[in-house]
Amino acid sequence: MALLQVDHMTHFFGGLRAVHDYNLSLEAGQIRGLIGPNGAGKTTVFNLLTGIHTPTEGHIHLDGQEITGKPPHRIASLGLARTFQNLCLWRHMTVLEHVKMARYSRISYGLIGAFFGTPKRHREEAAIEAKAHTLLQLVGIDHLADQVVVNLPYGAQRRVELARALAIEPKVLFLDEPTAGMNPEELVQMMEIIRRVHAEFDLAIYLIEHRLKMVMELCEVIQTLVFGEVVAEGPPEEIQTNPVVIEAYLGKEGVESSC
Amino acid sequence: MNTDSGETPAASGSLKKRLRRDLARVPLLAWLWGAMAAVVLERFCGPQLADLLGLPKVPVLFGFLIILKQPLLIPSTVVFITLIYGLPILLVSRLLARPANRLAAFLLQGPLAVSVLIHLAFFYGTLHLWSDMSAYRVLTLKLTLIAVMLTLSLNVINGYMGEFSCSHPAFMALGAYAASVMTLAFFAKDKQFGEALLPTALGPFMFPLVLVVAGAVAAIGALVIAIPSFRTRGDYLAIISLAFLFIVKSLIENLEWLGGPRGLSSQPNYASLPTVFAWATACIWIINNFVRSTLGKALNAVRDDEIAADAMTVDTRRTKMVAFLFGAFWAGVAGGLFAHVLRYVNPGSFGLQNLAEVLAMVYFGGLNSVYGSIVGAVSLSLLGEALRPLELFKWIIIPLMLILVMIFRPTGLIAFREFDVRKLVQPKLNPDHEV
Repeated sequence: MALLQVDHMTHFFGGLRAVHDYNLSLEAGQIRGLIGPNGAGKTTVFNLLTGIHTPTEGHIHLDGQEITGKPPHRIASLGLARTFQNLCLWRHMTVLEHVKMARYSRISYGLIGAFFGTPKRHREEAAIEAKAHTLLQLVGIDHLADQVVVNLPYGAQRRVELARALAIEPKVLFLDEPTAGMNPEELVQMMEIIRRVHAEFDLAIYLIEHRLKMVMELCEVIQTLVFGEVVAEGPPEEIQTNPVVIEAYLGKEGVESSC
Repeated sequence: MNTDSGETPAASGSLKKRLRRDLARVPLLAWLWGAMAAVVLERFCGPQLADLLGLPKVPVLFGFLIILKQPLLIPSTVVFITLIYGLPILLVSRLLARPANRLAAFLLQGPLAVSVLIHLAFFYGTLHLWSDMSAYRVLTLKLTLIAVMLTLSLNVINGYMGEFSCSHPAFMALGAYAASVMTLAFFAKDKQFGEALLPTALGPFMFPLVLVVAGAVAAIGALVIAIPSFRTRGDYLAIISLAFLFIVKSLIENLEWLGGPRGLSSQPNYASLPTVFAWATACIWIINNFVRSTLGKALNAVRDDEIAADAMTVDTRRTKMVAFLFGAFWAGVAGGLFAHVLRYVNPGSFGLQNLAEVLAMVYFGGLNSVYGSIVGAVSLSLLGEALRPLELFKWIIIPLMLILVMIFRPTGLIAFREFDVRKLVQPKLNPDHEV
């Protein structure tokens, strides 16, 4: 069984079928892409896998363990981290606090430590802080550690999300449009960071992306989702020339382009 | 280390600038010494000076009451306050700034706890000497400290967690009644519960335990609200907690063995000033510890973006429950102290007015801030006492101030500031350091 194995996952929002018979096997260390036109259900797939919604049918296994229907924080602490398409940061907290927060499930000092400030707590908090600084260095924003996130430029906020997700020490990392709204320069930097992170932690990465350049360069395998159904799956070169994908993106007449 | 750079050319600025710069170098320790000197001065020279200035007696609450009652005495009151409080505090703290800085630096080389305890000892000494002058001061001080505990515990729920809870007076009532029943039944002879079940001498030693149990009773009450309302988000908690407030109040009113609407009276005199002070300090210390830990910061994460918190392994439901029960616990402890300070409780003390007061203290002082809660509780409690001679107008002035704060600082006076004890007690060596 693959590291992340999804079998026949289907989900309905009321009467609307958002995802239909979705299958995935993500191997350790693999980078996969998920592309598709707007409204195809890409983010819904992410939300289903990370537990925000529970799939109507189907099974999800992470590292051999069934995670279908578990609450999101349980799934996350089992090693599935994600970033969000429209930046879900905590507006009153600093960059460092963001990264430290993702270590929540590993904190062992408990409420006694939190209430009475025991030496154990201070040791543990110091260790978490050191770890957070290493991650911030890795994504190149350690100098911003004490800033409140809302004051940061957009590109830096994306990096905070990435560092925060990495602090979970995930086995699988989901990136939901990590370069949305970035300029070409930031895009190149982000790709560089993703490569570095992938090499350093030997992560399996699953990527939603609109920019085909990025997906084509990074991913080994790409899935194309149209109206909640996978219409094509294969290596980038194959996807690029697949007539079904071209039709989904460009339409039959080639009226409109979304990438 | 030479801390006095008064002779540098920069010092030749205006007098005001120089004063401000000088005072920026005064550490907390020196301020405490200054306050202590003022209090000692008042104790020995206060009555004579008051006599000399034609004041009826030593001004009880910094002269506010006299100024409002007898406007003709305003000049003498101002002179009295300046001579007894203003000048001694300024002079002593300025003169002792250097030794105080040195001592503070020396103390910080040891454990932080020692340094904090010494500061607290001086602070308590000052309060004790000040309040010793009249019973009214003691009562005001105790109620203010209890208000600080209440405000801070409500801030955990309404500020740090960002929910809107209205049931704080109910938790306080649960704590007050639980503590009263325990002390009256076990340690006092009283018409409601009869003879004391345990030796009376044991009472003062068991009082901390009684308060902890009172807090636990309030926390169990909070569980009743938390279980249904934390399944959802939004205004439900406000509605359910408001309902809970009325349920608790009418429940107590209708339970005859709790004294019904007449309440319970003649609680033993356990809540002395040192006891209340110690509990208030413990409350501030523990709550501050909690909200600064990563476990406590999870509250902010839940408030700012719950989905993100969940995705980052934070158990949001548990976090919210813990914080709500924690806040209720301290409200219960504060209630227990309240009952033993007044030595009388009735259901009428825990109604909407009480809710409005504590909410005002939280929002006036500042959300998400221990400093803010202390400032809010102290200023509104003292203001409430100071404006008492205005009678009805008091209820125009205080809400008006609240409205102004809401307009100019929507999150309160001192919101989103961390309460760092080390920063508070450290020596002030850098002259450019902000006060």
